[in-house]
Amino acid sequence: MIKLAVGQGSCGLAAGAGEVYDALEQLASGAYKVCITGCIGLCFLEPLVDVYEDGVLLRRMVRVKEKHAPTIAAAVRERNFDALDRFTISEEDSAVLTGQTRIALRGCGVLDPTDIDSYLSSGGYGCIRAALSAGTPQRIIDEVKISGLAGRGGAGFPTWRKWQTVHDTQSDVKYIVCNADEGDPGAFMDRAILESNPHGVIEGMLLAAYAVGAAELRVYIRAEYPLALARIRNAVKQAKARGFLGDNCFGTGHGFHMQVCAGMGAFVCGEETALIAALEGRRGVPRSKPPYPAEAGYRGRPTCINNVETLANIPWIMEHGGAAFAAIGTEESKGTKVFALAGQVLRGGLVEVPMGTALRQIIFGLGGGTRTKAPFKAVQLGGPSGGYLPEALLDTPVGYKALAETGAIMGSGGMVVMDQSTCLVEMARFFLQFISRESCGKCAPCRIGTRFAYDILSRIVEGQAQEHDIERLEQTAAVIRDGALCGLGQTALNPVLTILRYFRPELEAHVSQKHCPSGQCAALRTYYIVPKLCRNCGLCLKSCPVNCILRVPGHKFTIDQDICIKCDACIPFCPFDAIVAAQGGESHE
Amino acid sequence: MSEGNQDSVDLSLLDGIMDGYDADRDNLISILWSTQNLYGYLPESALLRIARFTGFPPAAVMGVSSFYTQFRMTPVGKYLILLCKGTACHVSGVGAVEAALRAYLELPQDGTTEDGLFTLEGVACIGCCCLAPAMMINGKTYGHLTPGYAVGILRELRAKEEAK
Repeated sequence: MIKLAVGQGSCGLAAGAGEVYDALEQLASGAYKVCITGCIGLCFLEPLVDVYEDGVLLRRMVRVKEKHAPTIAAAVRERNFDALDRFTISEEDSAVLTGQTRIALRGCGVLDPTDIDSYLSSGGYGCIRAALSAGTPQRIIDEVKISGLAGRGGAGFPTWRKWQTVHDTQSDVKYIVCNADEGDPGAFMDRAILESNPHGVIEGMLLAAYAVGAAELRVYIRAEYPLALARIRNAVKQAKARGFLGDNCFGTGHGFHMQVCAGMGAFVCGEETALIAALEGRRGVPRSKPPYPAEAGYRGRPTCINNVETLANIPWIMEHGGAAFAAIGTEESKGTKVFALAGQVLRGGLVEVPMGTALRQIIFGLGGGTRTKAPFKAVQLGGPSGGYLPEALLDTPVGYKALAETGAIMGSGGMVVMDQSTCLVEMARFFLQFISRESCGKCAPCRIGTRFAYDILSRIVEGQAQEHDIERLEQTAAVIRDGALCGLGQTALNPVLTILRYFRPELEAHVSQKHCPSGQCAALRTYYIVPKLCRNCGLCLKSCPVNCILRVPGHKFTIDQDICIKCDACIPFCPFDAIVAAQGGESHE
Repeated sequence: MSEGNQDSVDLSLLDGIMDGYDADRDNLISILWSTQNLYGYLPESALLRIARFTGFPPAAVMGVSSFYTQFRMTPVGKYLILLCKGTACHVSGVGAVEAALRAYLELPQDGTTEDGLFTLEGVACIGCCCLAPAMMINGKTYGHLTPGYAVGILRELRAKEEAK
């Protein structure tokens, strides 16, 4: 039997996978079966359709459109697979997959996330069954200890140590919480894992729960991910129906109860104590530690909070042994890590590579470098609390310690690639705006400090920089780092600090010359039409979304500076290159 | 908040939601979420009713609802535009898209158009970074936006409404 698996993650659906699925199903008439699969991570090639026969992958088709369905359906019906050549993935793009070591992502894009039997047929729930019948919870913790697995949410705390603390703390009720409040803009691995292999995460949570002696499990997932929320809810329902969750799990007498809670949108809730406050129905505000959640967390009970990717690794570790996991990676960072490649990168998506892989291999080897004509400038690692690294540091191997030494962080694994057209100062302003808005307001260093830094960066990119603004930024960074209550504030100025370390001339040019070297800062730029070159053809009028190009009979076209939003839309439309964007100090004539 | 009710909403619908929950603090966020799904926003009168039901001071209910970005205190338009302001979208030029959308909708900041057709809202990240810049309109995602393309989508929606 031939099976067509249509990749239906959020990215795939946005690219039209839903329409492709419907069209293929309508034309099937028994010749093949159409099913859903998750996201394999090749977001730049969506929508993807895989052709399987008896479980063997015959073809992987990319960028499939609804209008291609009749061609595909006919080819499959006639078993004329050569007719699918034009859709088939290129060897170069295929290498992005073969160049990875997939552990956390292993089921993604292969299993049907809406069907528990798909997970079961891949050996799913086998580890938790084996663990329950072996009856030695401590052995799970020992195995995770051997694996060297560390928290993938950003902090990199050894997973086993958290588990051991919860295990050793006496309490009648204990909790396991899966932190799926993936708030870092630019990171989407947790979303993809939950959308593509929700049962894998549930099994990881069950193993954690059994290991530490917890019966209550919670998934805290942000409501901005409606599909992931629906898939995990569906998976929990299926697992309950099979008796994998409930009072008597797998018929062993062990009770495991799972609830899915939707997070209402607050970046700070990625912080453990803030997440607990949110679960308890309060404002998501962090508190000082200790006591750590592992001792007194949700409802004052020992609570083990693990990130989605961390939990997705657990079933693999139990199946293959901790030593197999520890054999991958480096001395200081074991195993693999999923990175989300985005920004101005050619092949954006999710890649999972062994720790120790050089940044260059990820960005250029797998990602293919920049997709624009402009050369690479920097990579922003670890979300708003991370930093920018220049080309010269791309040989740094990924690992918690190695990246921290550069001033950036591993974070949750977001990698936003920027080319020479991106202004890093403007980017830093963007991050500080985000952080100052997301600051919960509990502690003054973060509440006031992030806003203060944002104001400084705003006036710098608007051409209003004052003398000593750079020194003010440095002082603010030191105060927040030492004074803020939680990680959100402490790391808030990392983007600025890495600019000062690696891209100082760019910041100084904004401050002292009111000049943006990348040309991105709109306030330091003016658009005008060179009268000598303009032929009044009118093409630019249509391209302007705000109608700011003035047409006065008998005169050449001009741009109304009060209305122009400096969007760049008109420039490529002018056949005579008459529209010019000039830097602040340059002449308009 | 005052008991004086300016919201023209049917509070009896709220009872159906309350019946599904114990008056437990843990449930407050779920109750608020269900309430918002019912009315499209959180009417002040509904918040007062929730405070009475759960036994929390109105200030505590207001405090929670104003803390989280998903909760809204004002009604939304027929089309809710969630414009992604994540890092990848920012790098890929969402700023120009936003400026064009605002100019078209005549909204100096996030909010709802006078005719009640569109609500524009910036969101942190919708996790579709490879489609950047991206926006979601009533649950449907649009990617690889340019200022012209984005405004074109709204023009089409408006034309569709006017044709009705």
